[in-house]
Amino acid sequence: MEQLRFAYDGLKSSNVGAYAIAGVVASGDLEILVEREELGGRCEVDIRTSVQGFEKTWSAVTQSFVSTRALANTRITINDSGATPAVVNLRLAQAAQKLDEGDA
Amino acid sequence: MNANDLFAADALRHSYLESTARARAHGMCDDNSFTEWLDPRARLTSPHLEALDVPVSFDDGIVIGEGRLKGEQIFVAAQEGRFMGGAVGEIHGAKLTGLLRRAVQEKPAAVLLLLETGGVRLHEANAGLVAISEIQRAVFDARHAKVPVVVLIGGGNGCYGGMGIVAPCCDAIVMSELARLSVSGPEVIETARGVEEFDAKDRALVWRTMGGKHRYLLGEIDRLVDDDLPSFKEAAATFLRRPVAFDLDAVVAEHARLAERIERFGACEDAVDIWAALGIAEPEQIPSLDLEQFQEAVARSRTGSVHETR
Repeated sequence: MEQLRFAYDGLKSSNVGAYAIAGVVASGDLEILVEREELGGRCEVDIRTSVQGFEKTWSAVTQSFVSTRALANTRITINDSGATPAVVNLRLAQAAQKLDEGDA
Repeated sequence: MNANDLFAADALRHSYLESTARARAHGMCDDNSFTEWLDPRARLTSPHLEALDVPVSFDDGIVIGEGRLKGEQIFVAAQEGRFMGGAVGEIHGAKLTGLLRRAVQEKPAAVLLLLETGGVRLHEANAGLVAISEIQRAVFDARHAKVPVVVLIGGGNGCYGGMGIVAPCCDAIVMSELARLSVSGPEVIETARGVEEFDAKDRALVWRTMGGKHRYLLGEIDRLVDDDLPSFKEAAATFLRRPVAFDLDAVVAEHARLAERIERFGACEDAVDIWAALGIAEPEQIPSLDLEQFQEAVARSRTGSVHETR
């Protein structure tokens, strides 16, 4: 397992939703937990992945995703079981949408 | 029906099989009434998987909580079949056991167990086995307290292993045709006894031996429903506050039922032979019938239901 951490600044903020979860830890899939939390304005991303050596890819995917969303003061925690970047993007979008809908 | 209507009809149908455990748990409760306990934020992950350097899940593959069904309080547990095949590990089992023990104290109208599992999580070995025995004990405690424990099976992985033993120990079972219930899975039987005994790749054989229709015909389950969330919910609602007798007489009657069954069908080579022995007119047609046709064809032939005889 590899542990990756990213933090992003300068994002828009929102108070909608407390937390949301999307996806399942299954082969080629991942689960994403998104929680509103006071983080000094940052969005923090914690990833545990079964596939080693893709830090640059994770960084690119998460950066491009958070840049378009109101995710200041939000913690994103990911358990990954070998999802491709396309699946990661899809699950991130699902989690963010659920959060925006105020769903738990 | 034009294309838009087709799309709308499809959107309204919520397949139980295709749903996640969390969606199923919500789907069994009245709108927005389900509250999850120890939700993913609790991060109750498996220490065993962590030690083995295997990916963990925030809920360890099971969703538990309470909600309302037809306005009555119910407890719900739903196993996530896509995480490690729904297998029971230490944390996963403790959440299920805790839910059942709480039911003894709070006496909800029912505990719904939405099972989709291969049984013990082999990574956790003895801890998983202990978990199954604790769940078994807790089911009996809940039943002793007159809280009905109702099993729903409709996931793609079926219900196997230790949980395949727990399920028939509950008050009632609801399955879809797509669901399977047994102890040893097809691959396990083939590995242990050879392909002549059981060909795990023969899907028709697997389903007519372990599938919902056969379980229903044998009287091992109480309801056979369509693969959608509202059908499972409606069926579950019929068991609220209706505990099945759980005493020595019930156990003796169940043993008598099983003895009579082996006497009657023990020589049958295949499920189709059993269906023929039950008096079904065209037993080989059973697998291809839709639910309505099936109910019609078997109305007079099914052996006494679990509910009547237990």
